Amino acid sequence: MLKVVTKAVPAPADGDAAAARRVYVDLRGVAKTYRRGHGAAARATHALEAVDLAIREGEFLAIVGPSGCGKSTLLRIIAGLHPASEGVVEVGGKPVAGPQTNLGIVFQSPVLLEWRNVLDNVLVQLELRGVDPRPYRERAMKLLAQVGLADFADRHPHELSGGMRQRAAIARALIHDAPLLLMDEPFGALDALTREQMRLDLEALWMATNKTVLFITHSIDEAVLLADRVVVMSPRPGRIEQVMDIRIPRPRGLEARRHPAFVEAAERITGIFLARGVLHGAGQVVPPTGGDPP
Amino acid sequence: MSAGAVAALPRPSRSAAVGAWLRKRAGAMLVFALLIVVWEVAVRALGIKEYLLPPPSKVWTEFWKRHDLVMGGAWVTTQEILAGYALAVAVSVPLALAIAYSRFMEQSVYPVIVFLQIIPKIAIAPLFIIWFGFGFTPKVLLVFLLSFFPIVVASIAGFKSADRDVMDFARTTGASGLRMFLKISLPQALPQIFTGLKVGAALAATAAVVAEFVASDKGLGYLLLQYNGQLDTPMVFAIIVLLSLIGLAVYYAVEIIERIAIPWHVSQQGATHDAVL
Repeated sequence: MLKVVTKAVPAPADGDAAAARRVYVDLRGVAKTYRRGHGAAARATHALEAVDLAIREGEFLAIVGPSGCGKSTLLRIIAGLHPASEGVVEVGGKPVAGPQTNLGIVFQSPVLLEWRNVLDNVLVQLELRGVDPRPYRERAMKLLAQVGLADFADRHPHELSGGMRQRAAIARALIHDAPLLLMDEPFGALDALTREQMRLDLEALWMATNKTVLFITHSIDEAVLLADRVVVMSPRPGRIEQVMDIRIPRPRGLEARRHPAFVEAAERITGIFLARGVLHGAGQVVPPTGGDPP
Repeated sequence: MSAGAVAALPRPSRSAAVGAWLRKRAGAMLVFALLIVVWEVAVRALGIKEYLLPPPSKVWTEFWKRHDLVMGGAWVTTQEILAGYALAVAVSVPLALAIAYSRFMEQSVYPVIVFLQIIPKIAIAPLFIIWFGFGFTPKVLLVFLLSFFPIVVASIAGFKSADRDVMDFARTTGASGLRMFLKISLPQALPQIFTGLKVGAALAATAAVVAEFVASDKGLGYLLLQYNGQLDTPMVFAIIVLLSLIGLAVYYAVEIIERIAIPWHVSQQGATHDAVL
């Protein structure tokens, strides 16, 4: 029942090794349309348009895109929290119908339970599953040590900083040792320095496990520094612009920003966002309507 | 990882917390005592007539002379408050639950409750006399009526306060609706429910006295009117003080239950030390 936290599975050093692995999350022609109103007045909003994406087992895949590109919707569709309007979604070879339970999930807000201390917040994952949490205490403490919260197990969320709360949320997403970790802008509400530290720590944590990670972000740096592959999305309707392999050796650490592969990938993504009007170059007049693609 | 580099802060002990509580209130107690002294001295020095403003000492001696009668009335009023309040809690929390979780209840019952809330409840008191006579029942019902609305409204808000992401997280655990309610929605709702309970408790004493004003032959409200008619101002003051103490006791009883039920919320309000990364 209890598995060891760390598994000595080497992280893929480059895209080719990852490409050889089995597909774990498979999206084929996935679209999401929201309808508002009824009859003739009904208006459809295309949040996602025909997304094809395969996330391989053990892969760290990041999706980067501006607000409103549907990247969070995509994550919720994979988790089975939202139904897709069209297309096929498979996780672990099984079609997704309804909320998936064989995964861990981390949101932008840590969504900890204020009335439980950090340890009990991690263990609630098991209690909600109807599993006796007591045998998991040791594993939970080990995980908390891994995320740097060993001394804070008996503290309540309001006694923690934003970064520490998010660390607790990550421990909660890992306690049941599910093969898939979904992270929806997990560092989006943190200050730049905390964010940098969290990024380094997440890479180390991931390298010590064999999890498949889907990491949603609007930070180009974060996506390129963390991921084996980066999926670039553009907004309205959300669609995949490009998928690129990031071949930077791990652990990437702080020096990775100077790596030619980082510079090249970041420039390419920036180029895509410039071309799509998500970003505007210096001196360029910003159109009053914002960044809608032509 | 890095956060562990920062040492955990020591927690304040229980006795230290009591000491801090006393220190925080020492100023208020001092001012209160001072007010009573000023009142006593001013009334005597300025020769103010007793039926206009009796000195505190006179209020006490008059009360002591008739404390059997007055305490009997206080017991009657306390029973009305407790019975009415208990009824309000027993009806409003389950009703709030039904309204929060049933779309039908929300669309059909809730608007009616909101509308009825606008009625000045005290104006209904004379009607209760016609319906239920002069006894215990109309008083209990008026206490119920006044305490009911704040508890219902706050409880509905509490049950509906669950964050979408928390519920989404819970759904990825495959937990049943009941388990999600017991582990997440109910604890989450408690702070707001207690806010409603405290507002209801504060209104309960008012309701009992008003009901006794309208028609009764016992209780503090009845005695208050009697002494007022006799221009026995010291006794009027004594009863007002007694009523305040009963109201305060009910309110603090709820607050103590709150401290026991949701210590995490109470301590959060009083959290003083800053979080560190």
